[in-house]
Amino acid sequence: MSTFREWINRLLYLGRHHRFTGEMSDEVRFHIEARAAELQESGISKEEAEARARREFGSTQLALEDSRAAWQFRWLEDLITDLRVGFRMLWRSPGFSALAILCLTLGIGANAAVFSWVEGILFRPYPAVVHQERLMALTGTARGESGPTGLSWPDYLDLKKNATLFDAFFVSQIMGTTLSIGDRAERAIGSIVSSNYFDALGVHPVLGRGFEAGEDTGRNAHPVTVISYQLWQGRFKGDPAIVGKTQRFNGVVHTIIGVAPEGFYGTFVGWAMQFWVPASMEDTFEAGGYKLEDRGSRWMEAYVRLKPGVSQRQAQAELSAIARRLEIDFPATNRGRSAKLWPLWQTPFNNANTLLPTLGIMLAVVVFVLLIACANVGNLLLVRSFARRHEITVRAAVGAGRGRLLKQLLTEGLILSALGAAGGLLAAHWSRHALVLLFPARGGVSMYLPGDLDWRVLGLSAGVCIITTLLLGLVPAMQASKIDLAAALKSEMGGVVGGHGKSWIRSSLVVAQVSLSFVLLVGAGLLIQSLQKIRSGHPGFSTHGVVATSIDLVGAGYDEPRARDFDDELMLRVRALPGVESATLSRMSPLGFRSYSSSPIALDGYQTPPEEQPTVQYNEVGPDYFATLGIPLVTGRDFTPADDEKGALVAVVNETMAAQFWKGKSPLGQRLQVKGRWMQVVGVARDSKYSSIRELPKPFFYVPLRQNFAILPCLTIRTLLATETIAPVLAREVHALDGNLAPYEVISMQEQVDRSTASQQVAVTLLGVLGALALALAAIGLYGVMSYAVSQSTRELGLRMALGAGSSDLLRLVMKDGLVMTATGVVVGALAALGLTRLLGDMLYKVSPRDPLAFGSALLVMLIAASVACFLPAWRAARTDPMRALRNE
Amino acid sequence: MASNEIPQLLPGTLFMLILQALARGPLHGYAIARRIKNASDHGLEIEDGSLYPALNRMLVKGWLKAEWGTSENNRKARFYRLTAEGRKQLHTEAEEFNKLVKSIQLVMRTV
Repeated sequence: MSTFREWINRLLYLGRHHRFTGEMSDEVRFHIEARAAELQESGISKEEAEARARREFGSTQLALEDSRAAWQFRWLEDLITDLRVGFRMLWRSPGFSALAILCLTLGIGANAAVFSWVEGILFRPYPAVVHQERLMALTGTARGESGPTGLSWPDYLDLKKNATLFDAFFVSQIMGTTLSIGDRAERAIGSIVSSNYFDALGVHPVLGRGFEAGEDTGRNAHPVTVISYQLWQGRFKGDPAIVGKTQRFNGVVHTIIGVAPEGFYGTFVGWAMQFWVPASMEDTFEAGGYKLEDRGSRWMEAYVRLKPGVSQRQAQAELSAIARRLEIDFPATNRGRSAKLWPLWQTPFNNANTLLPTLGIMLAVVVFVLLIACANVGNLLLVRSFARRHEITVRAAVGAGRGRLLKQLLTEGLILSALGAAGGLLAAHWSRHALVLLFPARGGVSMYLPGDLDWRVLGLSAGVCIITTLLLGLVPAMQASKIDLAAALKSEMGGVVGGHGKSWIRSSLVVAQVSLSFVLLVGAGLLIQSLQKIRSGHPGFSTHGVVATSIDLVGAGYDEPRARDFDDELMLRVRALPGVESATLSRMSPLGFRSYSSSPIALDGYQTPPEEQPTVQYNEVGPDYFATLGIPLVTGRDFTPADDEKGALVAVVNETMAAQFWKGKSPLGQRLQVKGRWMQVVGVARDSKYSSIRELPKPFFYVPLRQNFAILPCLTIRTLLATETIAPVLAREVHALDGNLAPYEVISMQEQVDRSTASQQVAVTLLGVLGALALALAAIGLYGVMSYAVSQSTRELGLRMALGAGSSDLLRLVMKDGLVMTATGVVVGALAALGLTRLLGDMLYKVSPRDPLAFGSALLVMLIAASVACFLPAWRAARTDPMRALRNE
Repeated sequence: MASNEIPQLLPGTLFMLILQALARGPLHGYAIARRIKNASDHGLEIEDGSLYPALNRMLVKGWLKAEWGTSENNRKARFYRLTAEGRKQLHTEAEEFNKLVKSIQLVMRTV
């Protein structure tokens, strides 16, 4: 007999199942009548024969049920019944259902949103790219430096030529530029790429072509560009004849050769690229001259794709071996240099890196929130299962097996969590781009940080949903399997809540919620304090009374002599403005968006350790820079207008550099070699923060802007005027000099500090939101349990009142019970937090993971929330009418 | 029989007995029960409550076909008849059962 035949027969049955009961009843009736007739023949009265025949047959209903069961897909029909019953139950108590679904929506939604961010930002950041699972980031390393460095073009070519374990090697270096369309100029973000970029990614332009081999060689030899779909649609209005037209970038006319497909945003987490140019155009976009032939200029970032089956270790070993050979062949530039592979989610040079710790913590936090939500819904279900114990007992009595009851309860849990998951995914879908909102736009360009709700996220959410279901179904199921429910309910002793026989489950769920949310509150407190420390900590320059902006002379087509004249004119005008104390120009302002120049250095009287090639970052600054920024000079002097092209080459070093290279002797008057030019140290400046507020003190020096000219300067002004007041004045002055020019956004240095700490801000915001959510859920849980306890203890409360207890006694009694639970939760939570807050690790800045202030404020917040949650039930208890309560008995 | 209780059916034999009862031609449910009872000289009795679920299970398996007809006393009744597959199943089950019984007897006589 084939099972297939059985399935066919069962399916055929579905067509006539409505006739089945009637036919079966007829058949059974015939059977009983036939038996009765036979009995009657043996001489028994008709009535007795009929009665006996019926008795012999037993339950006709059961025979009918069992017969039908033979034809049915049992589990399916059970499921349908369970679902129908489940929906009916939920519909009957809409308040409960709405609250439960809301809790789960928040819990599952928070999870799905964070999963989608992790997926879209860390694991699969480049959805349009083929085989991104084998893609890895590639950077340089320097002995004695822990972080990554850039790669030089010649090193990249040599690595690519000699490596065998890779499918693809390509360069993708982010850069900003000014896009001028007609008389309008806007900031745009693009990438300098190797010519194999689009082929390596498997991305095919929708119009025109990608770059061709050879277009990445020759200084400024190939002014061509591929633009993004968004740029094509937005700026160029989807012009179908765009290929072959030209666009000016940084003053150089580029021919548009292709349009990238929709949904391709380049390869830099955090920003959507708007155009790509071949590496040969590097000189046009990067400061510091043509670097493609300079092995010592480490300016770019790269990616590789491993061949299938090649491990990161093997690939790294091969690259390290090649790098060692380069070290031997080119000792002058490559001493102590190597190359390093990074998994995409650890990519050190884009925002994956800054968001990794935040997202890691968020993953843990959303699991907490989900647990709290589950505990809450479990509690609600539990309370309801008391109300339903009559129904459950009846169903058990009429023969429903425990398995069957369990299945019903699990089905209800499934309905709740499925609705919660649906709501959660919707919430996650809406918030998939929400992460960007937490970051301020910089220079008018907002970040691009998409969440990705792909099948993995959906699968993970489904997993969460199933676990939730089990958790939810289990709680009332545990309750349902208790036989002596009634007895347990009667054993009322001691307090209103704590002493109840079976209420320990509910109480411990509340305690768990309180402790979980306490941990989150402590975490939020610690991060808030870190952020405050970061923002209030002295960065080494003035944050108040100093504003900065920049003017894009490159985009306006200025050459060096014209830019110098403009700078001079501008400084004269700005310094003369009322309210301006001092003003200066520099290539970079501290904590800015771009990167500093850096150079290998040599100096008199300092023996370079054989393994080391010291490379130090520096800034090109104008006269009065230190006075304007408020960076104190330890000794020596600030730059003056005399430090220009005609003056002697000079430099100012910071304290750390002085200590590291001159070992306690004064560096004043000593010589320093930068990019082959010797300059004399004329001052030592205090250490300050350069790239990040959290960086450790590092060697750094300054050179006069005039002796190391950059066309794109930052203007920094010391003034007591507000940014809004000075911005239009500045715009007017700039416009007066050149009608085509306007300064970028004017921001205070405090704003600059705030922007540079955006990722901390994001962590604080997210943890704050989720912490508040957890607190609210815990408070709802506490309120629910206390209300239920009070409603169940009306008789006891009435009795106490009849025996002389006053309202305030009852109020105190209920409050005490609630606060005891809270206190237990806080103790458990505090112990957990002591162990867990260490995991915040790097996110904490000058705050101990056991900071008493954070723990104290979490306690305070928790107690306030708990008191509010308990007060309402307590107040209701205090108003118990003893007569009514006792009469209810 | 020491007691006058009706012995329990050996587990797994119900289908075989029903198939055998139908081997000589179609019968309605009550007649199947009666035939088994009479053939065993009242030694075996099928519980009425388990007869119909068993018949339905065998219908699902395709061993039987059922059709409505008229009983000996002119009443509408549902008649079951063996399919080719049912006959094959009867053959297999009977063979296996005989083998089993013989083995048991062998053990009972010799050990």
